[in-house]
Amino acid sequence: MSGVVIIGSGLGGYSLARELRRLDPAIAITVVTADGGEAYSKPMLSAAFAQGKDVAALAQKSAGQVEAELRLRVITRSRVTAIDRAARRLTLDGGEAIAYSSLVLAIGADPRAYRVAGSEDVTVHTVNDLDDYAVWRDGLIPGGRVLLIGAGLIGSEFANDLTTAGQRVSVVDPAPWPLGRLLPQELGDELATALGGIGVSFHLGRSITALEPGRAVLDNGAVVAFDKALSAIGLVPRTALAAAAGLVVDKGIVVDRWLRTSDPHVFALGDCAQTEAGPLPFVLPLMAEARALAATLAGNPTELRLPALPVVVKTPALPVAVCPPAPGAGGTWRVSGEGRDRKALFVGDDGRMLGFALSGGLTAERQSLAKEMPDLI
Amino acid sequence: MKKYVCVVCGFTYDPALGLPGEGIPAGTAFEDIPDDWCCPDCGVSKSDFEVQEG
Ligand SMILES: Cc1cc2nc3c(=O)[nH]c(=O)nc-3n(C[C@H](O)[C@H](O)[C@H](O)COP(=O)(O)OP(=O)(O)OC[C@H]3O[C@@H](n4cnc5c(N)ncnc54)[C@H](O)[C@@H]3O)c2cc1C
Repeated sequence: MSGVVIIGSGLGGYSLARELRRLDPAIAITVVTADGGEAYSKPMLSAAFAQGKDVAALAQKSAGQVEAELRLRVITRSRVTAIDRAARRLTLDGGEAIAYSSLVLAIGADPRAYRVAGSEDVTVHTVNDLDDYAVWRDGLIPGGRVLLIGAGLIGSEFANDLTTAGQRVSVVDPAPWPLGRLLPQELGDELATALGGIGVSFHLGRSITALEPGRAVLDNGAVVAFDKALSAIGLVPRTALAAAAGLVVDKGIVVDRWLRTSDPHVFALGDCAQTEAGPLPFVLPLMAEARALAATLAGNPTELRLPALPVVVKTPALPVAVCPPAPGAGGTWRVSGEGRDRKALFVGDDGRMLGFALSGGLTAERQSLAKEMPDLI
Repeated sequence: MKKYVCVVCGFTYDPALGLPGEGIPAGTAFEDIPDDWCCPDCGVSKSDFEVQEG
């Protein structure tokens, strides 16, 4: 059997399959996935606990339902261990071989592992897929103490969600305010105040020097006692499979505007890919990638175009929207507004607006401001 | 009737068209869609939609 083979059943893999089926009713599509193949919304993982959602509620469709709806084959709980590009064939961990005419890597990213003295003796959870969520959620006790490592986008969302659901959350991050890389101080401080207001306890500007079962020792000597530990310190695109097959990888699997890797028969999208604008681990670019790539695979080569990318941070304690400037862009933040309602514009050295951050009621300006930002690609 | 856009993936709900494939007839206002409805593209909840400007 040949046709399009997609590795991965996350939003990247399944959105591509859906768009491709829309354009081409006949093309053979096979999805190979290491997980159970359920269709689910990953952004819900950091908003589901307060909504009382368990894994069954998050899994919107089983692999079988996806197969029937999109008329494709899903091979679940199977890991691709090697890509033979010359023969255009994949090897699965069960030994099965699968031929492809076009291959799409939608294999996502790994949570960055947290290491510190003693961490090997402590279970530090990460929540990056349904299986992780099941394990994490089952272990939580009502009113339990959670040590949350990392106050970035995903960490801040988990802090809000877990606290709303009655967990007592302590957040540790070396940055001086949450979302340190996305927000100027004024908005970051407001977010810390808002999350503090619902009960999150922050240890900002601090690092953990040692972990012991149930205790974290910080660099100022403070001790944080906890029942469960969760780390959210970033994601690393999965590149090993592609690198082993001789494809060009950098921070992610390198793709051009057609989402093509260094092999014209192999494509990549989503969290594993590195576009011209770098890795873009968000849903909005992933959807644009899926649409462009589906058209290309259906016989109509289509370049990826990406307008500016506003991201809404799911922290109901203080709504925040960010549209970060390109990494390394020179410029300064100009902040206006008061209290919870702030607007920060990132103005480049040449006076052009390159990015923004909004909080509170001013997040409503997100759509109109985004139109004034430079395109990503 | 207003259009609504998913803040996570950008999917737009147009009440004039509805989503007949999902049992939402043309002419259904966003407000009248059941609360447990999810974004057909990325799966986030109905509360993650906002009014589309312009
Ligand atoms: C908690 C959380 C909240 C988020 N919230 C938001 C948000 O609000 N807005 C937003 O825009 N983005 C958000 N994101 C980011 C967004 O969810 C991701 O960018 C997106 O879901 C990535 O999808 P993907 O398909 O690229 O990767 P994944 O969903 O990680 O899918 C990877 C797939 O590849 C499979 N796989 C990997 N290796 C192999 C192999 N060797 N063989 C077979 N299968 C393999 C896996 O089993 C999986 O099915 C959030 C992320 C997290 C973790």
